[in-house]
Amino acid sequence: MRARLRRLWTVIALPVLSIVLAALVGAVVMIFSEFLVRGQISILLPVNAYVALISGSIGSPNAIINTLVNATPLILGGLAVGLAFKAGLFNIGAQGQFLMGALVSVAVATQFRTFEPGFIGLLVALAAGTLAGAAYGFIPGVLKAVSGAHEVVTTIMLNFIAISIVAAAVSTVLDVPGSPSPITLDVGTAALPVLIGRNGHIGILIALAMAAVISWLLFKTTWGYELRTAGANPEAARYAGMSPRSIIVAAMSMAGGLAGMAGAIEVLGVTHHMTSSYGTTVGFDSIAVALLGRTNPLGIVLAALLFGGMRAGAVAMQINAGVPAELVGVLQATILFFIVASSVVRRIFRLRAVGPGLDEATTITRTYGGEVKA
Amino acid sequence: MDIVSVLYEIPIIGLVFQLIGYLITIFPTIAPIVMQAAVPIAFAALCGVMCERAGVVNIGIEGTMLVAAFVGWAAGVYLLPVLGSQPALAFGVTPSLLVALGLAVLSGMVVALVHAWLSISVRADQIISGTIINIAAFGITGYLNALISRTSPTSAGRFTSFTPPEWLTSLPLVGWLVNTLIAQGPMVISLLVIVVVFQIMLFRSRWGLRVRAVGEHPRAAETVGIDVIRVRYRNVLIGGALAALGGAYLSMELSQSFQTGMTVGRGFIGLAAMIVGRWTPLGAFGAALLFASSVGIGQSIRIAPPPGDLGSLLGALPGQFFDALPYLITIVILAGVIGRSIPPAADGQPYERESAT
Amino acid sequence: MALPEAPEVVKAPALEMRGITKRYPGVVANDGVDLDVRPGEIHALLGENGAGKTTLMNVLYGLAKPDAGEILLDGAPIELSGPADAIAQGISMVHQHFMLVPVLSVAENIVLGDETMANPIFLDRKEADRRIVELGRRFGFEVDPAVKVGSLSVGWQQRVEILKALYREARILVLDEPTAVLTPQETEEIFAVLRRLAGAGHSIIFISHKLYEVLEIADRITVIRRGRVVGQRVPSETNEDDLAELMVGREVSLVVDRGESHPGEPVLRVEGLRVNDDRRQEALRGVDFEIRAGEIFGIAGVAGNGQDELVEALTGLRKAAAGRVKLGETDITGWRTRDIYDEGVGYVPADRHRFGLVLSQTLADGLVLTSYHRAPFARGIQRNAAAIDEAAQNLIGQYDIRTPSADVKAGTLSGGNQQKVIVAREFSRELRLLVLDQPTRGLDVGSIEFIHRQAIAARDAGTAILLVSAELDEVLELSDRIAVMYRGRLVATIDAREANKNEVGLLMATGGEARAEGEGALTA
Repeated sequence: MRARLRRLWTVIALPVLSIVLAALVGAVVMIFSEFLVRGQISILLPVNAYVALISGSIGSPNAIINTLVNATPLILGGLAVGLAFKAGLFNIGAQGQFLMGALVSVAVATQFRTFEPGFIGLLVALAAGTLAGAAYGFIPGVLKAVSGAHEVVTTIMLNFIAISIVAAAVSTVLDVPGSPSPITLDVGTAALPVLIGRNGHIGILIALAMAAVISWLLFKTTWGYELRTAGANPEAARYAGMSPRSIIVAAMSMAGGLAGMAGAIEVLGVTHHMTSSYGTTVGFDSIAVALLGRTNPLGIVLAALLFGGMRAGAVAMQINAGVPAELVGVLQATILFFIVASSVVRRIFRLRAVGPGLDEATTITRTYGGEVKA
Repeated sequence: MDIVSVLYEIPIIGLVFQLIGYLITIFPTIAPIVMQAAVPIAFAALCGVMCERAGVVNIGIEGTMLVAAFVGWAAGVYLLPVLGSQPALAFGVTPSLLVALGLAVLSGMVVALVHAWLSISVRADQIISGTIINIAAFGITGYLNALISRTSPTSAGRFTSFTPPEWLTSLPLVGWLVNTLIAQGPMVISLLVIVVVFQIMLFRSRWGLRVRAVGEHPRAAETVGIDVIRVRYRNVLIGGALAALGGAYLSMELSQSFQTGMTVGRGFIGLAAMIVGRWTPLGAFGAALLFASSVGIGQSIRIAPPPGDLGSLLGALPGQFFDALPYLITIVILAGVIGRSIPPAADGQPYERESAT
Repeated sequence: MALPEAPEVVKAPALEMRGITKRYPGVVANDGVDLDVRPGEIHALLGENGAGKTTLMNVLYGLAKPDAGEILLDGAPIELSGPADAIAQGISMVHQHFMLVPVLSVAENIVLGDETMANPIFLDRKEADRRIVELGRRFGFEVDPAVKVGSLSVGWQQRVEILKALYREARILVLDEPTAVLTPQETEEIFAVLRRLAGAGHSIIFISHKLYEVLEIADRITVIRRGRVVGQRVPSETNEDDLAELMVGREVSLVVDRGESHPGEPVLRVEGLRVNDDRRQEALRGVDFEIRAGEIFGIAGVAGNGQDELVEALTGLRKAAAGRVKLGETDITGWRTRDIYDEGVGYVPADRHRFGLVLSQTLADGLVLTSYHRAPFARGIQRNAAAIDEAAQNLIGQYDIRTPSADVKAGTLSGGNQQKVIVAREFSRELRLLVLDQPTRGLDVGSIEFIHRQAIAARDAGTAILLVSAELDEVLELSDRIAVMYRGRLVATIDAREANKNEVGLLMATGGEARAEGEGALTA
């Protein structure tokens, strides 16, 4: 029993301690910035902030439901980024893929808004959104495979382009005539059914199911093995008879599909419509989730729950403690920093046998230039 | 009927000719605008060149620029009551602006130091390190901006352009060149100087030779006694200063305010410019101009659209198309050029000293 | 041929290393090593891979700090804090893997770190060029300082490395395996340069594992085994067998008995094969040959003459521009790698780290890397972990792979064991053709012996084997028939029993053509 506990500790020690350290850093940031901006030192501020944050995320049944709802797109987004990581790709385009998935599924769902039974419209819209995301992931994938254009730059460009596409589409084609600002119709019967509470839709179940599917795909199938091999060593993959080019395209498309699904679920389950300035932090959050979860589906689910909780509690933190919600981004980055700089954590806490940091587990930097051989 | 109209009348290809003709006519007018739009991209690209030539990939340029933009503006806000706004010398330089600029550059170097430490000493994956910086930068600047905005801040103003004498700008050919390059603010002009100096230093000086060696074959450099780690740290820090200038430009010369996320991807377009420019300062600058031209063209089309068929075609496109244009062009050019553009050989690879014992 | 005997008065040592001890985690790399070198002497340091030679030289060059012992220059002890220090003291090292930056010019590479300056900021290119050309002439070769090092032949890169040392007025030159990639002719040329240097008073430490070379060039030989000095010899008083025994610690059969081959039907037929390299230039210019079942066909040649492109074309990793490849009666030209393997082709690649294994995956995965997609290791898309494990256990036992378990990461194994994994994987398949590319590069004598035996066993079992190696000895030892590759063509095909080492070496260097350029000119 002791040995099992010790082994469990070595795996979760680093993330847990990183969170603790990040909370401390966040507290310092809050106190210091309050002093800078308003000239007062309030030691209690971080305490209030964290209390609000925690109660807003798990302090009541409603809060827990909010956490799950917030975690849903993060699970899928984290899978999108994590799957790409395993293939040696850095998918920063989760935001764009998410937006395209949301846009297309809204466009389709509004066609089915009065159709009964509702689940047909729902399924069609969900599938359409997933495919749209996949297509949007296919583009940088094929660009990289054929011309070697590094996906970091292309996916970020595509993110900004997606914002423009959404703005253009919602302002023109999808706009409800006569509305003061551009907005689409409501999705009506094609919405995701609510499972529990006021807005606990079934998206969380879909997300968890996808996590299981991706886990199986990655570790139990030859296809997943090829993906991981191409990610670890593309030349060895070629030598082994695999085709890194098609793996890259397939991986980016799948990742895009997952992010697109996240967008579709958000729109079909939470907002039920779209505005031209539909904004989301899912893009960066997904990267943070994937890195914190060490690109493994189980880790991603846990990390998504953590960050989902933080997003859910951030609103309460802003309202009750007056701390801007953006602090959550700072906390996220700090957690990641400590995970990456694990040696710092080890030294502070005087640990010896702690699980490998990110630097040992994931190295995906490859240079920009050159073609990808077939 | 002159030849030009004939070309313009051809059914579909005629549109292409019309476009070329339009671009030629608006060129002198949009040149200054293009120059200004190119500044943040160019500084970002120069930061990229400085880091990657020494072998360190820096994805966090966007975050560095954002932090510097924020610090430059916010410091100005707080220094204004302290240092006053006595405009001195030229370019609208005031004590508060100057000190704020210095602080902005310093902040950029601090951010760069974090990336340098993670990439060089901790030997973490450099893209992950850069991404963390971006996430942190967004978060902290958004957070502090939200806090400060509640206090209705007044900015310290901005740097203004130099106005050359009338007779110079009205010269036939040279006039628009003077307008583009000299009738600009101090940061634009310092960009031009920096590009030239950097280019010469990189390829003709001892410093440049050692930097290039470290980026191509750090082990070889170490065996002739060069301190690879120190060279890399130095370059990343200088790169941070360059990126900071690009960011400060946004909130201290181009405008005099700060918005969350105001860099809108320019840091990444800068990386693309670096690649297209083959990791040379001059090439990166040229590529930045190329990418920035889409901004100038987009503006021009909205304000003074071309006549005839081309005009109606372009008018039918939604406004957002021109917003997306710089990003579209970046992708197209990147995909076309990338195969033939070769980075420094040791780019992105963490280095372990052999003599570390 | 060693220098004539020094006069009776033995000169005081220019360099002395006393009692050098250096420990790394888990291993004592140097254990109380003594070494002394006289002025104008060529002193060979002989030992197997991993014996401690490179560590000792790293200590001398300031790249590593010894745990015990001291270094004396002309009798005075010195402390070295890094390569810059060593260079300043007149110690220069020419590394086994060239420390040259390919995109920089010869001059830039030579002055790097000790730049000739026109003023505090800018380099003085003219002066540097002038000095370099003069230096080259003094030692017998013409060098163009503006050429990019990446476009030079290996022999010429070697010379640039030596010039680097001389430019810094090194008194003591350390050369680490300098002839590893040279043809016999280039080796002779480098030896001539070394003798001139020694004659001019420089001291030279020559690290090698090649016995006959050491006997030829050295004035004295120090043998290291497992971190300790086990003997010192003068060439006139020793021979290869004596040295080999010292090096390995036991009697070693330097040559594996190849035995008779009984070739059968042709398995591989290559007709008019033309292949382009990465720069779209013709690397293989029309090659014809065939390999029969049960024979080893060896291709000798200096690296970079088209061998890589040939192997890649045969295994589907590169598209041929023209020509045909037939396996038995099947035309496999242009086939994908996976399909070629499935037809019964095995491939042991030259670069085991890059190609042959995924270092972050387990040993078990490495043992099925080329057949993971087939039964019994997979059913459709689903992998069969149990079958993989079972096969892994079998192979570990059969091929004596030293590892605690099949689940360790491949990257933790020693080089020799990693190669054994690849060998085990490929040799254990049902194969018609086996392609071996530099199969024993960088391995210790024991592993080399093992792999050579495996190759001969596979041959005797009826497999056709293509052996590509830059080690001429290996090709001569294993092959039944030998071909020489020169500038993309096979310039000769000889029966191994009639092969003469010098002849083959000459063919490798010249391709049978008379030398067009004058001796000592730069070949870009």
